[in-house]
Amino acid sequence: MDFFTLSEQELQALLLSLKVSLWAVAGSLPFGIATAWLLARRNFPGKTLVDVLVHLPLVVPPIVTGYMLLILFGKRGVLGAFLGETFGITFAFNWKGAAMASAVMAFPLMVRAVRLSIEGVDRRLESAARTLGANRTRIFFTITLPLIAPGIITGSVLAFARALSEFGATITFVSNIQGQTQTLPLALFTMTQVPGGEYGAMRLCLISIGVAITALVASELLSKKLATRIKGA
Amino acid sequence: MLGVNVKKKLGALDFDLSFEASEGRVTALSGPSGAGKSTVIHMIAGLLKPDSGTILLKNRPLFDSDKCIDIPVEKRRIGYVFQEALLFPHMKVMRNLTYGMKGVSKGHANLDFDHVVGLLGLSHILKRSPTTLSGGEKQRVAIGRALLMSPALLVMDEPLASLDQERKDEVLPYIKEVSLALEIPIVYVSHSAQEIAALTDRVVFIEAGRRGRGNKSGPRITRNAL
Repeated sequence: MDFFTLSEQELQALLLSLKVSLWAVAGSLPFGIATAWLLARRNFPGKTLVDVLVHLPLVVPPIVTGYMLLILFGKRGVLGAFLGETFGITFAFNWKGAAMASAVMAFPLMVRAVRLSIEGVDRRLESAARTLGANRTRIFFTITLPLIAPGIITGSVLAFARALSEFGATITFVSNIQGQTQTLPLALFTMTQVPGGEYGAMRLCLISIGVAITALVASELLSKKLATRIKGA
Repeated sequence: MLGVNVKKKLGALDFDLSFEASEGRVTALSGPSGAGKSTVIHMIAGLLKPDSGTILLKNRPLFDSDKCIDIPVEKRRIGYVFQEALLFPHMKVMRNLTYGMKGVSKGHANLDFDHVVGLLGLSHILKRSPTTLSGGEKQRVAIGRALLMSPALLVMDEPLASLDQERKDEVLPYIKEVSLALEIPIVYVSHSAQEIAALTDRVVFIEAGRRGRGNKSGPRITRNAL
């Protein structure tokens, strides 16, 4: 077999990884922006606790996160049973669960980037908008959101890259099922465990690096473009 | 008619001030730095809450501590020109100018777009981005933006303070024009006697949060400025 031809398993893993990571970012973005905004702008009881919870996946072993998800969102988990019975949504052992694991792992990175950019917004601009008759919703969508767009892009790409590389929480929560939950890193892991898997492993390594570099370069270009548009050059 | 009668404790400053500003003319608030000039403007606009007192605009209370009335900033219809222009950097001049026009009913609109643009000489920069404007142009756009929301009152918080002398001389005549064209009260904060003299003879001096006579600082600044 040609070195550059992907086997079905490899192709499946690549496509699944892209799908899982995109959904992880898309699904968590609104929550990420809301959380970042709360942490940047509001003081409320338990703020430190929220801050700690958001950052927890960054510091505990990914297996812990995966196991917590299994307990909460597994078929017999507290939330998993509820969601399954009420909405018919299950996360256990399918790609949705993989997306959720990736989203949780990537969440702190997204929140950090967005929060920093919210803290960088000149609040006097928002005051000016208020004196011009804009309510909070209009200010958020016409002033704050456009000004933090570069931060949102950065946060999303970081989260996307982190989701692509997610391993521990995913394999713990949704296991390693080819075509279902076997993302690039999981496929790569599998190949390193079987005799004769070296070529496949190497190909998947290169693909992983390639996808990550593409994402980072694209985000760099995009945020530069956005930044110049905001500065109005 | 704007009637202000407010008290506020702010750090070392024990604020207790009352004054009135009438339609169609400029009322200048003057006094040394830290006397509380900007504090008054913030309270009038609703960005800062007085401890007690009343703020009436056209006999309608914007703030009344006894009646627990405190109209939020965005509903006060007060045009506010800040010391720095604070234009929205991601919008062209045109969109900056029209930002406050949304939600102004036709009956309320007291100045139309072309009139304001003509008054402030903005027609050639409508498509520009705020960052490409000079300081004077920015401040003129900021004034236009405040006027186009059809305010019931215009407050200007040292609008020329961040400009160099040349730009001040450029913008001041525009402010004069605007003050003559408007039929609403204008409150103009400045510690420059020269600017004030060019705009009005109605001056409220503020010293340490209270009405003062202002005979100490006034003439000296005039001499320096000339």
